[in-house]
Amino acid sequence: MNFYERLMQLDRRWIYLGVAIAVTIPVLAPFKVPVYITPEAKAVYEFVENTKPGEIIFLAIDYDPNAMAELHPMARTIMRQSFSRGIRLIISALSQNGPGMAEQLISQISKEYNKKNGMDYVYLGYKPYPGITILAMGQNFRIPFPTDYYGTPLDSLPMMDGVRNYDDVKGIISIVAGNIAEYWINYANGRYKAKVFFGVTGVMTADYYPFLQSGQLLGLLGGLKGASEYERLAKQEGVATEGMSIQTVAHLVVIAFIVVGNIGFFMSKKKKR
Amino acid sequence: MRREVPVIICFLAGALFIGNYFSPKLQPVAQVVNQWAIICIAFAYVLGVANIFRINYQVITRKGKDWIYKVVLIVGLILMIYLGIFRGVKEGTAFNWVFMNAIYPMQATMFALLAFYIASAAFRAFRIRSWEAALLGITAVLVMIGRVPLGEAVWKEFPPFTEWIMNVPQLAAKRAIMIGAALGAISTGLKVLIGLEKTYMGGE
Repeated sequence: MNFYERLMQLDRRWIYLGVAIAVTIPVLAPFKVPVYITPEAKAVYEFVENTKPGEIIFLAIDYDPNAMAELHPMARTIMRQSFSRGIRLIISALSQNGPGMAEQLISQISKEYNKKNGMDYVYLGYKPYPGITILAMGQNFRIPFPTDYYGTPLDSLPMMDGVRNYDDVKGIISIVAGNIAEYWINYANGRYKAKVFFGVTGVMTADYYPFLQSGQLLGLLGGLKGASEYERLAKQEGVATEGMSIQTVAHLVVIAFIVVGNIGFFMSKKKKR
Repeated sequence: MRREVPVIICFLAGALFIGNYFSPKLQPVAQVVNQWAIICIAFAYVLGVANIFRINYQVITRKGKDWIYKVVLIVGLILMIYLGIFRGVKEGTAFNWVFMNAIYPMQATMFALLAFYIASAAFRAFRIRSWEAALLGITAVLVMIGRVPLGEAVWKEFPPFTEWIMNVPQLAAKRAIMIGAALGAISTGLKVLIGLEKTYMGGE
């Protein structure tokens, strides 16, 4: 067996080890990388920035802990930006394993800015089947959520006075991993003409460019890169910005494996002939 | 009537929501039906949990394959149901503690493993055997470079070039796929509404 055939038979554990070492290097020896701001990320930032104090944004934290690495920085930065500008938030968590995680984030950020539940934000929590919930909220938030996450009737919350449905919020920012995104576009934007912005995982980003072009989606944050762009715009550089150096190395490793794998493939084919 | 009644209910519900889209006069009725649907879906969760118990209990009593893991599953399920219902789910409760210290890191770990699987697949399976595969490979490499800061460091126009790939050729292909899938979904939806498609009912 020649070198290239041995290369093709390489045990995958060596590949795993290579990846582990490669992504550990930027953690041990951090380095800064520039962040290119895309127009779609800037659109989300400018929407929040142009919202006046006292106005309401609907923030949907629609992901499970498995997508936290990419999406939590987005949710955190948007919440901090909103609270620092006096924007009020209605928050939902329509992903099954998301409510507890969302509550922890809300509790942490609201304490930082001394924001009060019921006055500065309302946390609706989770209801099953996001499609029906999103459709129902377009008529009245109280249909799927007669009470908030803590069991308080929405009508008794000062912030919800006069706030019925999507017409009473400036727009919807959904930080989402999964097919819940399609319900926001189909129902919230398609049916009720609400302004919709997304923050999605890296693998989902390509799926939503058609909606950006058609105007159904007004802004898009894509994966950890999108989160780092938003952190840079909001001047809150944190976990996502630090993660870009690690992602750069990881991408280089994957590219190197593609190139080496194909070199091995072609050379071993040539040898066989 | 066992097969006709569900079809009639399906048709009426579908017709109501389609009609509600075009006529706001149906909105009060649609609101009520929406609330019914949310309640029915909650019952479906109860049915799902009962099914999990039934299936795994059978494996445990027969000492089937991996029956020990089924015991762990059932014990975990009962524990979380008890903690959630009787001790609450808010921050500071035992339910929340188990969630944040067990489920949360386990889910994040499972997702993190994908990075290793992707690298392994890139080396072992991504073979350029045709012109189309070559085009895919080159585009993938260009987008991967352009989507990280390295792209801008190599060539200042790399990120806008990557944006062009995402906004023009990628978008065109994606849109074509989405339109095809949407037409298929409309066709299937109509067949379900008028009773031609009955696979959702199960049975024969």
